[in-house]
Amino acid sequence: MAEILARTVEATRRYGAVTALDRVSLDIRAGELVGLLGPNGAGKSTLVNLFAGLRRPTSGTVELLGGSPQDPVRRRGIGVTPQETGLPPALRVGECVDFVAAHFPEAVSREALLERFGLGDLVRRQIGGLSGGQKRRLAVALAFVGNPRLVFLDEPTTGLDVEARHALWDAIRDFHAGGGTVVLTSHYLEEIEALAERVVVIGEGRVLTDDTMDAVRGLVGVRRVTLTGPGLPDLPGVLGVEHEGSRTHLLTADADALVRELVLAGVPFSGLEIRPTSLEEAFLTITTREPQTA
Amino acid sequence: MSLVLTHARYQFLETVRVPMSVIGSSVFPALSMLFFVVPFAGKDAVAATYATGAMLVFAVMSACLFTYGIGVAEDRAQPWDPYLRTLPAGPLPRFTGRILTVMAIMGIAVVPVLLIAAFLTEATVTPAQLLLGLAAVLLGSIPFTLMGLFIGYALPSKAAIVVAQVVFFPMAVGGGLLTGPPENAPEFIQVIAPYLPTRGAVELVWAASTDFSPNAVSLVALVVWVAVFGALSVWAYRRDEGRRFS
Repeated sequence: MAEILARTVEATRRYGAVTALDRVSLDIRAGELVGLLGPNGAGKSTLVNLFAGLRRPTSGTVELLGGSPQDPVRRRGIGVTPQETGLPPALRVGECVDFVAAHFPEAVSREALLERFGLGDLVRRQIGGLSGGQKRRLAVALAFVGNPRLVFLDEPTTGLDVEARHALWDAIRDFHAGGGTVVLTSHYLEEIEALAERVVVIGEGRVLTDDTMDAVRGLVGVRRVTLTGPGLPDLPGVLGVEHEGSRTHLLTADADALVRELVLAGVPFSGLEIRPTSLEEAFLTITTREPQTA
Repeated sequence: MSLVLTHARYQFLETVRVPMSVIGSSVFPALSMLFFVVPFAGKDAVAATYATGAMLVFAVMSACLFTYGIGVAEDRAQPWDPYLRTLPAGPLPRFTGRILTVMAIMGIAVVPVLLIAAFLTEATVTPAQLLLGLAAVLLGSIPFTLMGLFIGYALPSKAAIVVAQVVFFPMAVGGGLLTGPPENAPEFIQVIAPYLPTRGAVELVWAASTDFSPNAVSLVALVVWVAVFGALSVWAYRRDEGRRFS
């Protein structure tokens, strides 16, 4: 097994009467690309804050690169994205990168970094004058300044247009392909689906699911049968029906049987499509399920 | 050490790129020099020297209360602050960097006061008195530094702006900074001044730059203010840290 870069053991974090994390045990291994998925307030940020040394667990332990996240020397190996709303508006892009780089002994070259994130020609621009998307890219780039082994990316592409999003995804994939480890939080499912290999679903402070992307997607074992056909009869084995314009989506555990029934029923239909459920559907199934009592 | 300088450098850049904050700290004392000191005390060498000392304390007090009080409170409200805590450095570089930044701003704030005193009034000091006087100004800025840190760590930024302004004015007037040599001040100011930190600070400056001999009550009061606001600012810092980062 690969080296464990970060781990929590039975970590609990309370804020007053609110339990944000409830006995979470999680290992992040070298080379992984982990997607942390969960609704707002599920405990994703608290978990990342524990790893980044911003918070201490109320009980349980948190380890980062073989030590405590409170130890600045351990944090040399990680990179974190700031929220782009907080970037110092008076500093220039290049100055901001230099400032962060001054904290790391093996910082990457400023030019290469800005080039990689499509900010090459903005070095001398003041951050306050950047567009929202440019700030977002700068915020993500800052996580990579220190040549980290492990990066925590919080909603990296929220608010970006499609082209910028794909460019950023490529940069994240390149980092991962070069041996880097990524922990990605998002409530943006497409992003997790595009990048992550391992998905950890968090809800109400607990780890609900921790598995490979394929396993999580297949977890519900449901297929989506989509067709155009007016006046469909009631069919056996249909778990849910959605209408979208003239198209009808049928959710079923056995698509083959459903199609056979459709044909036997003799109703006219066209444009038949069968797809595995998206991560979003799997996600909704997992997070709305009653929390299992241990 | 180099990280301290890095933090100081970028904080200074951030501050001077929003010039109003620096101008605010230096214009107010400079205008007070022009409006109150030059016309009323400018011709009298002794009175002008006392008044200049008072304006220097005025300048550093305003730099401290506003730059620390408002600056710290605003930074606390920004998500940049927690991000910096994820970088591999303890809180020391940022904290020390901030102190160096405010010292630089104090330096900028006292220059116009000194220039006006030198060219438009009869105020005189020897080079040694000037240096001693500036050292006294720095020493006298300690209670206001602590007061500013307390305001910044204890309050949200909108409240910090108001409180800094409310504190600033009675400190200046009550400590006799706007009324020249101590015996010229109205009677009620003569009564309360020794108990305010502004008076203790300005007495240090006067003692360093004239033949004034400081009043024991003022100096004891100054030490008490430093102790009280030292304790309060440590308390506010810990409370804030505990709330946001524990």
